[in-house]
Amino acid sequence: MLAMNYRGPLRVRIDHKPEPEILHPEDAIVRVTRSCICGSDLHLYNGSVPDTRIGSTFGHEFTGVVEEVGPKVQKLKPGDHVLVPFNIACGRCQFCRQGLYGNCHEANPSATAVGGAFGYSHTAGGYEGGQAEYVRVPYADVGPTKIPEDMDPDDAVLLTDVVPTGYQAAEMAGIQEGDTVMIFGAGPVGIMAARCSWLFGAGRVIIIDELDYRLEFAADYAQCEAYNFRELEDPVLFAKQTTDWIGADVCIDAVGAEASGNALQTLAGRKMLLQGGSATALHWAINSVKKGGVISIVGVYGPTACLVPIGSVMNKGLTIRANQVAVKRVLPRLIEHVQNGILDPKALITHRLPLEDIAEGYRIFSQKLDNCIKPVLMPPSVRMH
Amino acid sequence: METPEEKQTRREQSGAGDVPSQYAHIKGWGIDADPNNNPTYPMKQRVDIEHAGYSWERPTQQPVNMEVHHSIERPNISAVFGTSTPPRGLSGMMRRWAFKYSEDQYNHWLGLLMADRVDMIEGVVDDLAHAHLPNLIEEKGLRADWHYDRERLIGKVAAGACAVGLAWWLWQRRSSKEEAYRAEEGYLPHSDDEPGAEYFRDYDRESFYGTIRPL
Repeated sequence: MLAMNYRGPLRVRIDHKPEPEILHPEDAIVRVTRSCICGSDLHLYNGSVPDTRIGSTFGHEFTGVVEEVGPKVQKLKPGDHVLVPFNIACGRCQFCRQGLYGNCHEANPSATAVGGAFGYSHTAGGYEGGQAEYVRVPYADVGPTKIPEDMDPDDAVLLTDVVPTGYQAAEMAGIQEGDTVMIFGAGPVGIMAARCSWLFGAGRVIIIDELDYRLEFAADYAQCEAYNFRELEDPVLFAKQTTDWIGADVCIDAVGAEASGNALQTLAGRKMLLQGGSATALHWAINSVKKGGVISIVGVYGPTACLVPIGSVMNKGLTIRANQVAVKRVLPRLIEHVQNGILDPKALITHRLPLEDIAEGYRIFSQKLDNCIKPVLMPPSVRMH
Repeated sequence: METPEEKQTRREQSGAGDVPSQYAHIKGWGIDADPNNNPTYPMKQRVDIEHAGYSWERPTQQPVNMEVHHSIERPNISAVFGTSTPPRGLSGMMRRWAFKYSEDQYNHWLGLLMADRVDMIEGVVDDLAHAHLPNLIEEKGLRADWHYDRERLIGKVAAGACAVGLAWWLWQRRSSKEEAYRAEEGYLPHSDDEPGAEYFRDYDRESFYGTIRPL
């Protein structure tokens, strides 16, 4: 089968690999119908996630048709078209039973700090990802969800990560009616967090980024205020000025390790890998939120330490909420929102590429070429239909 | 403000339940407990297994037919795991070493990052061993730059060519200077046929003639 093949930082190619097999009685094999390149794939692509091995296939956002199931799988059968949450979750450990499907204890041997995820290095369990023609899907009765017949597959593939992550970012922020929500990062997740902040009753939603085309998109899609931090000079000072010198009620970090805007953070976090990423957005979030405010983190960082003003967290009495989204927990509500027309995920898709052009896809997305917001990869089998 | 006693009374009147016997000696224990004020809400639903430890009925163990590293912060390999890219070669040895340390240690994470870089070199060797010459232009997706950012790509290529040209010129200049220095130190070819004589073609041999040591 065709599959993406990681060859080292900034180098990927399409290759032939053996098709996956059932390795566990609760496995399914899925033929991929859509897969996305996610912003967090760029951390792998840039070589900043430890234990990202040469020859790996990335991709944790995908939909597909079930081809084969293991003997213990009861809810799925061959032919079902499913969306596959990026979390691999057993559904019965202490953490899954608490709804923390992103923190399953039976899906990743390599790290206790990280749950299992498709195509996200051995630090997330060493699973092959969905940027391929076929994928092995463990715990097939837990995560995969049949795509409703009336749902567009483009909407479905964005329900595997982007929409749930943006939604949970807003949910974790504990937004109260009338709150000012400030979101750092106008990538797909940040845009969706801005859109979802309204669903929780925000009074004002502000999004900050450095790319004008993304800010324009965000302002239109999420009906929010959008500002370029390169023009603001000091985004923290702007946050204070625009909130009558109080600070935002809530700040959301939707950037993570690849943040720009601070030379020291960029050097230490992105160039020298001396910390778990460039923590510029988190730094700004801590300093922009009001005293007693809430920080919600969905931006992904590496497992090592990051330079952030933790003293200000204490002195300001902040609450920090953070997690990989538990897709399965929020999925039923989000499916309703999509079916009712409240959310329109597919509007985020700007690029559609053949799987074979994976290297170009990564380049376009990572360099923000051609006003790219969200690229989707189409395997050959889908293009033939 | 409520006193601890008032809070205790309120707690009892609200039917919040009795203090467990093991905490009965601690005055005011749990008096302000409020499940709705859990900062992890709504992500986490508290259930009755909070303090039961690693006691759940585990899923069937996936057969372990390959080398699987597991964090030393857990006692076992998780019930399922990925089988992508087993450890190999020198990078595999480095990964084995890194997994001797907990996730708290820089040795663990930086060891893995270093192993990744070694793995990259092993990948190139592996490609060459399979008669595959990596196509860096393809693998880096530079066609996209040609389509969407041509001006910048041309600028980068031009800047790269200038840098290489400058480096070459500096290296040549340095070589000539070294040879001249050697001449100053007492060495000068006696004739144009000697090795290295081309560096001294424009050199005034006569002016140093008296200081030249015979070869």
